[in-house]
Amino acid sequence: MQKKATGQNLAANSPVPTSPEAWLHPSPNGLYCAAGKFHIDPHSPVERAIITHGHSDHARSGHGAVLATPETIEIMKVRYGANAARRFEPQTYGVTTNIGGVLLKLVPAGHILGSAQVVLEWQGQRIVVSGDYKRETDPTCAPFELAHCDVFVTEATFALPVFRHGPADKEARKLIASLGGQPDRTHLLGVYGLGKCQRMIALLRAEGYDAPIYLHGALVALCELYQRMGIELGDLRPASGAKGEPLPGALVLAPPSALADRWSQRFADPVTAFASGWMQVRGRVRQRGVELPLVVSDHADWPDLVDTCLATGASEIWVTHGRDDALVHELGKRGQHARALALVGFEDEDD
Amino acid sequence: MQRFADLLDSLGTTQSRKRKIALLVAYFRTTGDPDRGWALAALAEGLPLRLPLRRTLLELMAERIDPVLYKLSRDYVGDTAETVSLLWPEKSQNAPPPNLDEVVAGVSGVTAAKFRPLLSGYLDRLDVSGRFALLKLLGGAPRVGVSSRLAKTAIAEAFDRDVAEIEEVWHALAPPYGNLFTWLVGAAPRPDTTHVAVFRPLMLAHPIEEKDLEALDPAAIYAEWKWDGIRVQLSAAGDDVRLFSRTGDDISVAFPEISAAFHGHQAVVDGELLVIRKGQIAPFNDLQQRLNRKVVGPKLKRDYPAHVRLYDMLIDGDDDLRNQPLSVRRARLIAWHVRTAPALSDVSSLVAFGDFTSLGRIWAGTRDAGIEGLMLKQKSSHYLAGRPKGYWWKWKRAPLTVDCVLMYAQRGSGKRSSFYSDYTFGVWRVTADRTRELVPVGKAYSGFTDAELKDLDRWVRAYTTERFGPVRAVAPGLVLEVAFDAVHKSARHKSGVAMRFPRVHRIRWDKPADEADTLDTIVALIA
Repeated sequence: MQKKATGQNLAANSPVPTSPEAWLHPSPNGLYCAAGKFHIDPHSPVERAIITHGHSDHARSGHGAVLATPETIEIMKVRYGANAARRFEPQTYGVTTNIGGVLLKLVPAGHILGSAQVVLEWQGQRIVVSGDYKRETDPTCAPFELAHCDVFVTEATFALPVFRHGPADKEARKLIASLGGQPDRTHLLGVYGLGKCQRMIALLRAEGYDAPIYLHGALVALCELYQRMGIELGDLRPASGAKGEPLPGALVLAPPSALADRWSQRFADPVTAFASGWMQVRGRVRQRGVELPLVVSDHADWPDLVDTCLATGASEIWVTHGRDDALVHELGKRGQHARALALVGFEDEDD
Repeated sequence: MQRFADLLDSLGTTQSRKRKIALLVAYFRTTGDPDRGWALAALAEGLPLRLPLRRTLLELMAERIDPVLYKLSRDYVGDTAETVSLLWPEKSQNAPPPNLDEVVAGVSGVTAAKFRPLLSGYLDRLDVSGRFALLKLLGGAPRVGVSSRLAKTAIAEAFDRDVAEIEEVWHALAPPYGNLFTWLVGAAPRPDTTHVAVFRPLMLAHPIEEKDLEALDPAAIYAEWKWDGIRVQLSAAGDDVRLFSRTGDDISVAFPEISAAFHGHQAVVDGELLVIRKGQIAPFNDLQQRLNRKVVGPKLKRDYPAHVRLYDMLIDGDDDLRNQPLSVRRARLIAWHVRTAPALSDVSSLVAFGDFTSLGRIWAGTRDAGIEGLMLKQKSSHYLAGRPKGYWWKWKRAPLTVDCVLMYAQRGSGKRSSFYSDYTFGVWRVTADRTRELVPVGKAYSGFTDAELKDLDRWVRAYTTERFGPVRAVAPGLVLEVAFDAVHKSARHKSGVAMRFPRVHRIRWDKPADEADTLDTIVALIA
């Protein structure tokens, strides 16, 4: 690929120490590590991919070799089948491997089950590619670990100061209260199928909601995987198997696209709820016709994004996807050199 | 403020009218005075505070947040009050949140210089939804889908009254409505409405059916033309004169010349508001140019001259006539109108007839513009608020119908949000190159049953050709027989025509789209 030319040019311009772009830089397929000859979260098939987590805009099928946490690999197999990649290389958190002279370690990102930051070291330089992350506690995944580095590569999904996410358990209690207050209506909760779905269930269980929770068919396989991985989700039942039953008073989880779909017409006068960081903004709530908005996000909010970038001690921040302009501006003001990589192919709509 | 904030939050996400009322009922029952009165005022008409809110907020934000970040946030959120409520630094002090009364009393009549520290002090004591509620309260209309009528209905329900009782005193009251609530809870007598031009709930008519006509004695009935304007009530109490719509909204500002014409009178009369040029009633479209105006200039008054055609008298001086028969009220109306001769008004005349067959013939032979049908009223009928059965009927012409082709369907809202329930339909037009194309002529979202809605929804999904957000374009394959009351020329529509009250009359599953009507057919129906 064309990485050689780029790498050499940059290296020639900055002799010692090497500029970080010389060994890690954006390519048409996503971030490419020229020194180790691998991509991180590439969006079309490549020879060797490191995958930060299982969401479909990060983990795609058809790569030669995939290195990821064992959880992420299991998620990819559930989503794309056992042959999603020619070869899987599970690597647990904290273990270091050497790929063509580049030292590679995965550390928890706190985003969803199995999500990892990729810590790379080459010639005394350390770059952390954080993927998607959050700092808030989540009963379904390992908590974010801060890794000090020279370059921190961050997302910017919620990078506007209007996004300040409150505690998620409060939102779970809000849902439980609504269920109790309207026992003749079905509560239809829109959730992203991987991560948000299982986190909401775990939060509700932790708050003492032990009634059966009904699942749209698209959510079943991943919930079963979480349960196999030892995450308690309680009594889960298929909503579709309930044969058009209206299920008054019950909680039904569905992917966001199913909320306004004909599928939802079978339920008893449903309360449309939606768990997402976007629910902080009323316009988004109205746009989706949501009656019960729950602000629960699997991404860092504005204060956490800024704090994390500063806390890594990085001299450079690279912003991959989301609202990069605000974050670049703020970090610049605080004396950190930040720039947008403007990577394409990432979605933020369904968090 | 927290309770008001919770109320705004839930109203904002609740579509159903019934549930909105339930939320309001719970709020009005459990909130004390004067807070609930301020809330009622804010929801029903908006508090007339006239504060330099936008400018003050910009100044306050400039001190607290980087202007680049503010602009990016404001652009994303799309609403200043919401942006500020989200960006304001979190509560640092433990001072309790201000209640509505403290805020309204605090900001009333303050200068811009004093308003600024006051506003930031309130914002410091509130959380995000409280800040949003505060700014909506101060900014006028909160826009959470609560009309003044809905608020009154909720008040009535909360205190087990008829909404008519609330409406009768409403315009004699002022925020925070202390005397309304003390009366409703039984702690004080009904508020005094003398010397105030208040609204008296209207008596409405039923559509007539064949069997009604058979049972009626023509000698006991008055027939009047049903004029194609809007029903209004003129309430005059000396200096205070107001024009009310049928729902009790005060529309005086849009028709200042009418209020002026009745200045100094002591009367409450019902009539039809019309635009009349040189004695001719103008199309309903012309009247619409005058509705909902906040300011009416001389040009508008000249181009769309307003007029009221009176047909009932509820109150004459000190006499409440509502318990008198219509024959007496009509005589009083005529006598009063002759005696006082208010400008820009006349009394609607009766249509003389022998029996209903001859009345039908008279009607069929009438070509006058502005006649929508006939009103039949029992001469003995008292003036009863609401839509009582057996007294008044409207006899409208059979609606016009055309066969149209379904072109676009849009998702409904609330209960219908998972159905494609709003239909844009078109008719055929021959283009310059002699081919035929469909041109949209209207939009309908009523006239079908729930079962038919399911069928229509299924059809739309199966025949979708393109999607534009919530709208789907469909293949030209389904004919809707659309009924409407009238059709007018319109410069705003591509087809050049605008229908009045279009609704789906029948779904013509049987009819090929090719055989639907043409634009020429509709143009020929223009009144």
